[in-house]
Amino acid sequence: MHHLFIVMVIGGAIIWALTIGVLAYAGRTRPKPMSVRGASRLIVWGGVAFPVIVLFLLLSYAVWLMPQVRPWLPGAMDGTAEIEVTGEQFWWRILYLDQAGKPAFETANELHLPVGRRTTFRLKAADVIHSFWIPALGGKMDMIPGRDNTLSLEPTKAGIYRGPCAEFCGTSHALMAFSVVVMEEADYLAWRAARTQAPVAPQKTSGQELFFRHGCAACHAIAGTPAIGRIGPDLTAVGERQTLAAGTLSNTPDSMIRFIRDPASIKPGVKMPAFGMLPDGDIEAISAWLGGLK
Amino acid sequence: MKWLREIETFWTLFTAPTVWALHFLICYVAFAVFCAKQGALALSFDTVRLALGGVTVVALGVIVLSAWLAWRQWGFGTDDPPHDAPTDEDRRKFQGFATLLLAGLSFVAVLYVSVPLLFIGACQS
Ligand code: HEC
Ligand SMILES: [Cu+2]
Repeated sequence: MHHLFIVMVIGGAIIWALTIGVLAYAGRTRPKPMSVRGASRLIVWGGVAFPVIVLFLLLSYAVWLMPQVRPWLPGAMDGTAEIEVTGEQFWWRILYLDQAGKPAFETANELHLPVGRRTTFRLKAADVIHSFWIPALGGKMDMIPGRDNTLSLEPTKAGIYRGPCAEFCGTSHALMAFSVVVMEEADYLAWRAARTQAPVAPQKTSGQELFFRHGCAACHAIAGTPAIGRIGPDLTAVGERQTLAAGTLSNTPDSMIRFIRDPASIKPGVKMPAFGMLPDGDIEAISAWLGGLK
Repeated sequence: MKWLREIETFWTLFTAPTVWALHFLICYVAFAVFCAKQGALALSFDTVRLALGGVTVVALGVIVLSAWLAWRQWGFGTDDPPHDAPTDEDRRKFQGFATLLLAGLSFVAVLYVSVPLLFIGACQS
C-alpha cells in the first residue's frame, strides 16, 4: 500500500515535470516548422507509443499489487484479527471473531484495536445502507444489506478516534457514530482476554433487578447475567465506553438517565421505547448499575 | 479474393472492436461463472487462465488479420489522409485507414484486458 503511494507520487511527478517542461520549452522557443515526416513520428512515438507503454506498466504494477491491497483475496490477510461490524439504525453491532473465524464476543458502538497490527473488518447492514468510516485510519466502505464488504485497517498510533456513519440512513443518521480506542498490543490483549474469559456476574443491586423487571433484557444482552436480548446494543461493560447512544452523548450518569427516560428526544426515530413512565428512582438505580459495568 | 474487395459493407470497420468486446465478455463471464461455481466445475483456476490466454492469442490474431486487410484496403499507405474527395477510391481508403486505427486501438485494449490473467491467481474468497 505504502509502495503504491510512493510509486504513484514519483511517477506522477515525473510525468508532470515532463509535461510542464515541454510546455515551457514550446512557449519560449520559436520553433522552426517541422517536416511532415518528423511531425508524424513525434505524434506516433510521443502521443501513442509512450502513453500506451506507460499506461501498460502502471496498470500491470497496480494489478500485480492487488493481492496485497485487496484483503479479500485468499492469503492476503492470514493471521490478522477479524471483526464483524453491522450497521443498524442508528448504532453499530460489533462482533469480535477468534482465530478460527468463530464469534468470540459481542459489543457495540466502540472498537478496541491494537496499534501496529492490521485488522480486517467484515461489514454488514441490518436494515438500510450505512457506511463505515474512521477518517483518521483510512477510507470508508459502505455497509449494504445482504452483502459482506471487507475493509482492512492498520492503526499506527495509539489514541481515541471517532468514526461517523457516512451514508444517510434515516432521521438519526447524523447521530450514528462510534469510538475507536487504539491500544498498545499488551493492553489490547488484556482487554480481549477479559472479554473472552467466562464472564463474571456483575454485582447484584436493585439496579440489576429493575433492569430485568422493566424488560430491558428483552432487547439488551449483558454477559454474566441472563440478559440475552439482541434487538439493541450489547451493554456488557457499557460503563467503560467513551460515549453513549452511538457517539451521541458523553458517558455520564446524567446522560444515561436522560437517554433511558426519552431516547427519541435525543435521537429521533430511535428503536428504543421511552421509559419516562418509570419512577425517577428506578431509572437512577438502573443507570447507576449500568454505569458501574466495566 | 476479388469478391472481397467488391463487397460494400461497414463490417470490416467494426471487426476489431467487436473482437475486443467479445474477448472482454468471454474473459469476465468465464471467471464470474468459474468463481461462483468453484465446486461444481472440474476445472482448476490455471486451466481457465490458460484457456483465456488462448482466447487472447486468437483475438490478437484476428485483430492483426483485420489490420492487415485494412492496410491493404488503404493501399499500404501509398496515399496520405484525409481521403475526403467524393470518389470511390477515397471512400475505400478512408475506410481502410479508419479500420487500421481501430485495429490498433483494439489490439492495445485486448492486451490491457488480459493483464489480470497474468497477475491474479485466485478467486475472491
Ligand atoms: C425494544 C427494545 C429495547 C428496549 C425494551 C430497551 N432498549 Fe435500550 N436500546 C435499544 C436500541 C435499539 C438502542 C440503540 C439506540 C441507538 O443508539 O440508536 C438502545 C440503546 C440503549 C443504550 C445506549 C447503549 C450504547 O451503546 O450507548 C442504553 C444505555 C440502553 N439502551 C438502556 C436501556 C434500558 C436501561 C432499558 C430498560 C429500561 C432499555 N434500554 C430498554 C432498544 C431497547
Ligand atoms: Cu447509518
